[in-house]
Amino acid sequence: MSVLRSTLDTGSDSFAANAAAMAALVADLEKAVAAAEQGGGKTARDKHLARNKLLPRERVRALIDPGPPFLELSQLAAHGLYGGGVPCAGIISGIGRVSGRECVIIANDATVKGGTYFPMTVKKHVRAQEIARANRLPCIYLVDSGGAFLPQQDEIFPDREHFGRIFFNQANMSAEGIPQIAVVMGNCTAGGAYVPAMSDESIIVRQQGTIFLGGPPLVRAATGEIVTAEELGGADVHARQSGVVDHYAQDDRHALAICRRIVAGLGPRIAPQLALRTPRAPLYDESELLGVVPADIRAPYDVREVIARLVDGSEFDEFKRLYGTTLVCGFAHIHGYPIGILANSGILFSESALKGAHFIELCCQRGIPLLFLQNISGFMVGQKYEAGGIARDGAKLVTAVATAGVPKFTVVIGGSYGAGNYGMCGRAYDPRFMFMWPNARISVMGGEQAASVLAQLRRDNMEAQGKPLPAEEEEAFKAPIRAKYETEGHPYHASARLWDDGIINPADTRRILGLSLAVACNAPIEQTRFGVFRM
Amino acid sequence: MFQSLLIANRGEIACRIIRTARRMGLRTIAVFSDADETAQHVQMAEEAIHIGGAPARESYLNIPAIIAAAKRAGAGAIHPGYGFLSENPAFAEACAAAGIIFVGPSASAMRAMGSKGSAKALMEKAGVPLLPGYHGTEQDASFLADEARRIGFPLVIKAVAGGGGRGMRVVRAAGDFADALRAARQEGASAFGDDRVLIERYLERPRHVEVQVFGDSHGNAVHLFERDCSAQRRHQKVIEEAPAPGISAEMRDAMGAAAVAAAKAVQYQGAGTVEFIAQDGSFYFLEMNTRLQVEHPVTEAITGFDLVEWQLRVAAGEELPARQQDIRAQGHAMELRLYAEDPARDFAPSIGALQVFRLSDQGLRIDSGFVAGDRISIHYDAMVAKMIAYAPTRTEAITRLRAGLAHSDIIGVAHNLDMLDRILAHPEFATGSIDTGFIGRNAETLLTPKLQPSAQALALAALGVLSLEAQTARTQAATSADPHSPWHATDHWWINTRPARVFDFYLEDEVHTTMLSPAADGWHITIGSTEISARHAKLEDGRIHALLDGMRLSASIHRADEVISLRHHGQSWRLRLPDPIARAGEEEGGDDWLLAPLPGQVTQLLASEGQEVARGDVLVVLEAMKTVFRLTAPRAGRIETISCRVGETVREGQILIQFASTEAEAD
Repeated sequence: MSVLRSTLDTGSDSFAANAAAMAALVADLEKAVAAAEQGGGKTARDKHLARNKLLPRERVRALIDPGPPFLELSQLAAHGLYGGGVPCAGIISGIGRVSGRECVIIANDATVKGGTYFPMTVKKHVRAQEIARANRLPCIYLVDSGGAFLPQQDEIFPDREHFGRIFFNQANMSAEGIPQIAVVMGNCTAGGAYVPAMSDESIIVRQQGTIFLGGPPLVRAATGEIVTAEELGGADVHARQSGVVDHYAQDDRHALAICRRIVAGLGPRIAPQLALRTPRAPLYDESELLGVVPADIRAPYDVREVIARLVDGSEFDEFKRLYGTTLVCGFAHIHGYPIGILANSGILFSESALKGAHFIELCCQRGIPLLFLQNISGFMVGQKYEAGGIARDGAKLVTAVATAGVPKFTVVIGGSYGAGNYGMCGRAYDPRFMFMWPNARISVMGGEQAASVLAQLRRDNMEAQGKPLPAEEEEAFKAPIRAKYETEGHPYHASARLWDDGIINPADTRRILGLSLAVACNAPIEQTRFGVFRM
Repeated sequence: MFQSLLIANRGEIACRIIRTARRMGLRTIAVFSDADETAQHVQMAEEAIHIGGAPARESYLNIPAIIAAAKRAGAGAIHPGYGFLSENPAFAEACAAAGIIFVGPSASAMRAMGSKGSAKALMEKAGVPLLPGYHGTEQDASFLADEARRIGFPLVIKAVAGGGGRGMRVVRAAGDFADALRAARQEGASAFGDDRVLIERYLERPRHVEVQVFGDSHGNAVHLFERDCSAQRRHQKVIEEAPAPGISAEMRDAMGAAAVAAAKAVQYQGAGTVEFIAQDGSFYFLEMNTRLQVEHPVTEAITGFDLVEWQLRVAAGEELPARQQDIRAQGHAMELRLYAEDPARDFAPSIGALQVFRLSDQGLRIDSGFVAGDRISIHYDAMVAKMIAYAPTRTEAITRLRAGLAHSDIIGVAHNLDMLDRILAHPEFATGSIDTGFIGRNAETLLTPKLQPSAQALALAALGVLSLEAQTARTQAATSADPHSPWHATDHWWINTRPARVFDFYLEDEVHTTMLSPAADGWHITIGSTEISARHAKLEDGRIHALLDGMRLSASIHRADEVISLRHHGQSWRLRLPDPIARAGEEEGGDDWLLAPLPGQVTQLLASEGQEVARGDVLVVLEAMKTVFRLTAPRAGRIETISCRVGETVREGQILIQFASTEAEAD
């Protein structure tokens, strides 16, 4: 294989400045994550602990194998939403190893509004299930939730991707042979009651877990019956009488131990359907990724410098190096897993779109997963390009991306604008995982372009009325538009709304891709059937 | 010289004898009991013969079986080692009767030395100094008082039939003698039904010094200098050394001469030891051991002779390999006896498998009869090995032994390594003037010190556990479907955050919380108010090494389920690390009620309200479908209410007994 030789001067001032800028973004990210990890704050945590319950993160830690990684997902879900009062959207989701098996873990955080479901809570829960389903990972639900957050019921109850989808997914995953295990460690009220009920196997913690369709207040209101939560739906009721749960645990740790035992007894996973190699570190340190990317998102740089710090031995067999050069394509390995990489190196032209579509065909033919490194301002515009059929060639790329059956992974390492987002496997194109670097921006177009376009329209409009648009007035018009795009294009804004699976430290990219590839290997590689390519 | 040798022993001494015999070209034959089929001495010998059951009287003390084995193997000689039959004249005679050479003295020499009374009489005749005393039959009080004055004070009055300190009185002045005599007599009479007493000079701080002697069938007898064996616990030697520190040349010569005289008095052939007690430049005959001693290696070290070889040559009728003037001592040797016993629990022998058995031999001689995986049996002596240092000076020998202890590990049974290290480190021991009461006087600091694990020890324990986990993970990875998956990593990575790993190590009931937070190139460890930066942790051959705050330290570590055995700086720790994962096997529903499993009639109630019961106790007997059901307590606890009566018909699921809640109800 050919080896990428870096020409980056890691001793240069510009490298140091870039690295410092990125490090500041990473530090801010870690701060935001640390704040979100605190859940519902000290009072709620203390109350939780006083009940002899483990905090949700402790539960996850006690459940997973000690030592191996935990790939937490959507850490900044609901960031800045609902008045900032629902950190992590009140639920922890992620992939961790349990008894040697990668599992999706979904844990309610009862310290956050009693673990109730806000719109983003539902979205995060459903997204974790989608990941489980696509990668055939067993699901473990650590339930401690009061059910729907009633004031926002219209945003969580009835729609296709709302609360009901959780149980739909459980049933269908079970049907597909993907194990569903619930551990009832607290409330499991109303809709929540179906989580254990719909699971293949369930565990309840004595004098702590409760399951009922209607809680004591509702029962009293409906029938006048006065009953305690424990009598209504405690462990003894469900383990001895109703049969809603299968295992009776003494406390949280015992429950998690039983869960681990259950996972240990699951049938075998499939062997990876990829030609694996022994992993090798890149020739260049992954931590240098912080300094590779210019602090100014618009400044050009060679994306191969990024690839050289992601792939095994920095070995990259480039495809069509001399053609359609704004899209870099090539074969490599990450942690021993083969991968086909598509990375932006400028605006997408017809040639680069054709090259990308061709390369995706190759990877699908060979059963090689795809990695998209997005840094794209969009497809080329202008009369010459429209006439040259850039929409037709762009459609080829989008078709190839949309229908490729191999696992796809997307990392937004810079801008993600317009149709470029689609051609480079944005969220709508079902990548198995989609992560963003903290310097990334995502919007239909750049803030400056949007402001210019809107200012132009306004100028045209005013000029039609015979009024000029003074420069200072134009600037005053454009500033809020730029600000709005800056806010809405920011990765925190995106992550808060589950447009991605998380924001990551660039230095962790290689590891996260390795973990993601390993996860994807739990499912067979699908045969691809492409759609009609517009010729 | 005979051509073959049967070794009628086991353990380290059998192995040690086999080594010399093999070097001399002899065919070696081991014997073994049921418990020793795979023991080291069996594997080392060219041949091995089963002689009986595990109890020693059925095997290693079974004279007919051993003689039969020797005949079957065609053994030319039998070496009895020490202990077992080594000082049994009947065995020596049985060998002679069977035409087999017994490697040891004559039966008559054994008999002469076997009885304390006759030995002392013999020694008195040979001019060997005896402890002044009166052992006669005259029991008149005034006669005894006269004898006491003759012997001198302090003295001890002992009941003739006495033992264990009962009927014993130390008298320091003549005026106290009459009262003490009365008391000793009374105690003797009530305890043993015998009020006769003997009187002896009392040594306040006696040392145990013994002289190695050798005789041959040509009338030669020599000594090979003395050994000091004053480090004793309950009359069991634990550390021996040669030469005895602080002994003057005159005293050494006098002791040597006395010991040779003693040997000659009984025409002694082979290896023997004349034991003395010594104090303030005087020494008195105690007894003579007619065998090779456990501690013979220290004599071998300072003289450069192989005493087993000497034994074999003498037994074959050869002359002693050296004359007295050719025997010189050089340097200092010290031996530690490593026992599978718990010094903190009154030296209770510890049986079990040697999960880890690793003795450092850096600059040391190790005489051992065990390897890792062997079991320590209840049937035999608990000594597992001897560690011998030979160095130019006593201080250097101690240094080597301490290093040896620090780099040795025994896991699976209790052991005395820590105690030995504490003795070696004790300032009084360093002076070389300890007496036989030293260990007993310092029991608290030497045997049962109340120690807290250092922060370094806990840090090493935590790093060791992490490394062991990583080791297990590597093994599992190698056999998994995806051996190179990054999910096999064990660095506790968590996206955008690196949560601390917390270990709650329990030492007895005390918890030592050790928190490891990931740092740039290692761990930041917090233990109480102590902060340690740890780098380069590496597990190698059962030892964890790490750079702790710039200091490279190591400890041996072994994990068996929840028990972490750690050894650091000569100190062993047995830490318990509760493993939540291990709890899956816990009884589900071990709860507050006993329910009727099916409809039936209560025929018996075997518990009462307020009673404390254990899990599994039968509480209620139920009869249903002509079958008797014995309902047992689902958990241990106190019975709060019994809500059924004998004769009552109960329905399925009915609560029969309610237990008192073990914890506050969750609100």
